Amino acid sequence: MPQILMPALSPTMEEGKLSKWLVKVGDSVKSGDVLAEIETDKATMEVESVDEGVVKELLVEEGTEGVKVNTPIALVLAEGETAEAAPAAKTAPEPAEAPVVPAEKAAEDAPAAAAVPAAPKFEAQSDPDLPEGVEMVEMTVRQALNEAMAEELRRDKDVFVMGEEVAEYQGAYKITQNLLQEFGPERIIDTPITEHGFAGLAVGAAFAGLKPIVEFMTWNFAMQAIDQIINSAAKQLYMSGGQVKAPMVFRGPNGAAARVGAQHSQDYSAWYSHVPGLTVIAPYSAADAKGLLKAAIRSPNPVVFLENEILYGSTGLVPKVDDFLLPIGKARIARKGADVTIVSFSMGMRYATQATEKLVAAGVDVELIDLRTLRPLDSDTVIESVKKTGRLVTVEEGWPQGGIGAEISARVMEQAFDYLDAPVIRVTGKDVPMPYAANLEKLALPNVDEVIAAVNAVTYRS
Amino acid sequence: MARKAVATKAKTQAQKLANVPQFTAEQDLEAYREMLLIRRFEEKAGQMYGMGLIGGFCHLYIGQEAVVTGITMASEKGKDAQITGYRDHGHMLVMGLDPKGVMAELTGRQGGLSGGKGGSMHMFSNEHKFYGGNGIVGAQVSLGAGLAFAAKYKGDGSVSIAYFGDGAANQGQVYETFNMAKLWKLPVVFIIENNKYAMGTSIERAAATTDFSMRGASFDIPGEQVDGMDVRMVYDAARRAIEHARSGKGPFILEMLTYRYRGHSMSDPAKYRSKDEVTKYRQERDAIEQVKARLIASGAQTEESLKAIENDIRAIVTEAADFATNDPEPDAAELWTDITISA
Repeated sequence: MPQILMPALSPTMEEGKLSKWLVKVGDSVKSGDVLAEIETDKATMEVESVDEGVVKELLVEEGTEGVKVNTPIALVLAEGETAEAAPAAKTAPEPAEAPVVPAEKAAEDAPAAAAVPAAPKFEAQSDPDLPEGVEMVEMTVRQALNEAMAEELRRDKDVFVMGEEVAEYQGAYKITQNLLQEFGPERIIDTPITEHGFAGLAVGAAFAGLKPIVEFMTWNFAMQAIDQIINSAAKQLYMSGGQVKAPMVFRGPNGAAARVGAQHSQDYSAWYSHVPGLTVIAPYSAADAKGLLKAAIRSPNPVVFLENEILYGSTGLVPKVDDFLLPIGKARIARKGADVTIVSFSMGMRYATQATEKLVAAGVDVELIDLRTLRPLDSDTVIESVKKTGRLVTVEEGWPQGGIGAEISARVMEQAFDYLDAPVIRVTGKDVPMPYAANLEKLALPNVDEVIAAVNAVTYRS
Repeated sequence: MARKAVATKAKTQAQKLANVPQFTAEQDLEAYREMLLIRRFEEKAGQMYGMGLIGGFCHLYIGQEAVVTGITMASEKGKDAQITGYRDHGHMLVMGLDPKGVMAELTGRQGGLSGGKGGSMHMFSNEHKFYGGNGIVGAQVSLGAGLAFAAKYKGDGSVSIAYFGDGAANQGQVYETFNMAKLWKLPVVFIIENNKYAMGTSIERAAATTDFSMRGASFDIPGEQVDGMDVRMVYDAARRAIEHARSGKGPFILEMLTYRYRGHSMSDPAKYRSKDEVTKYRQERDAIEQVKARLIASGAQTEESLKAIENDIRAIVTEAADFATNDPEPDAAELWTDITISA
């Protein structure tokens, strides 16, 4: 015989008042009929019947306060059941067989909380060995990114490019130059100025098996779309228990350009690196831009690919091989050294590199590490370096609080505390929105002198 | 006014009856089974929520069963994609997903459709082309257009059906999506399930214009208002809208005039509407009762034969509930799986 139990009507309700019965003994009830009204501290709600039958007994009088959730409050005689078969439940205040133990209670009774399993460790691969005597071609970061996309578009028909001004206009920063001519309007798609909408549309297309490259004219505009990047793309695999993938790349220029003011000069490195489910890449050199963008396009995961407008025109040597791919999640040691470690990425590498040149000239043997990938972050390379040098300076354009430098500093403290000979120093953008005035902008950004000063401080040379 | 498809405006009862597309007894019976399964499943889910077996948010579909049933009957199962918001249990049941898997996801168990990691609002099936199960109001509209984009890109002839509510219809990205869908002639049918309340706010208090079928007018997307409590009307409109999309003419909007009997979620006492309003819908417009009455009146079924069907459905729901109660929770190691794919 079905017992009607006192229901919980919110995730936190433990007891309530049975304020009113709307049925009496002998009434026929069916699914959906309102049996009673109950009150909690928050609201009055109705108890609906799920079963069909005749009300045999009301076990709790109306007006009773403090009725615990899952206490039987009525007995309903199902069709075909006889009254004799019913157990006399009124004398038993507790349910004869407790149907459920509320989750919180179960947790209290458990002997010990389940141990959190250890997080798996990400093992990055090393850069591929290049064939001996391989030709190195000088090109801009812009050309490198363009080649990467063109090669992957040629290789896989499921790859397409979508964004504002990517086709007819040839890209606001000319990263998609000539792609429309080669691949046509079906695959190189101009969108309306509609970041939230087209980002979501691209995520949906990725769910259905395509491999979109979404260009944001700048990452500042991607804030319109950040819900779809994080809530839809990054979390989808996990929420679906591993079923639905979002293999795609969101890319565009990130960080400060020059004199474009507070709303167009923001570094999102730390923001996206915070999010499990995303891969975040921020290259500095032309070779890394090419090899990592190709790897990002082939990745089965959603990748946030952070470029930098000022670096688009800078040149570097890119190996001329058929399929130049670099491993995601692997930092690059730009210079080996023994005295101090400088860790940076993207535009920060420009300050770090120039500072390194001056420091080396002054006799400081700097080890310079370019992170390249921000998630998964290659802690191992940094930790190994710090174990050798005992001193660490981080350089980034973003704000200090919760920044990439803050994260590295925390990891080094956790994993290499005993090796440190000086506190870690972060060189960052100043903790202000980007000012427009030329002099103030210069002050707001990190600079070479600040990096040198930080190195001098951690090596006690100042 | 330039409008490609004429909206079937609110009509008199006589006009409605004259224009109602007829169902065969087989179609009525199929609709009856599907809708009753949703109703009984959702009632059981509500009960299990009350017992503390289901946590968090739980949005029931009770009252709106005809919408997803009629549309799915008009679609090609396994080919056409569907996507919706968080009121998603009914969609999965009609699309043929295992009730045990749905219920076990509600209870957060390893046999749930997302292995217990998604919950009531996040369930998916690549096989059935069901893409959720989305928790952010309106986000599924652009995602749904993306499914249609992929269909067109691949040329597979499928259509995407994207459901959202009258509340989501006021989100900005819906209009960004309408624009792109029409601009690129995407094979998508937008279903606006107008149940009159965006959580606790009536459409009159939230929308400057309450005829949601007209919301695509400035993009030249045809729209129709449909009696979403009559599964025949839903089916008929959906058949035409899906055909429109599949034939390459682009998107179509169907506004389903429907009603949810329960609160927005389990913890909503629904004090913003009168009891009479709810009772009136239940007694006069209920989708399941309409089909039941037709089946008996036509002599195709009897009270007894329908009772037997109901007992079958109750058995399915009971089995799902038992499974969802007894299935173990996910292994602790699952905490760290499915975050990213190892390349």
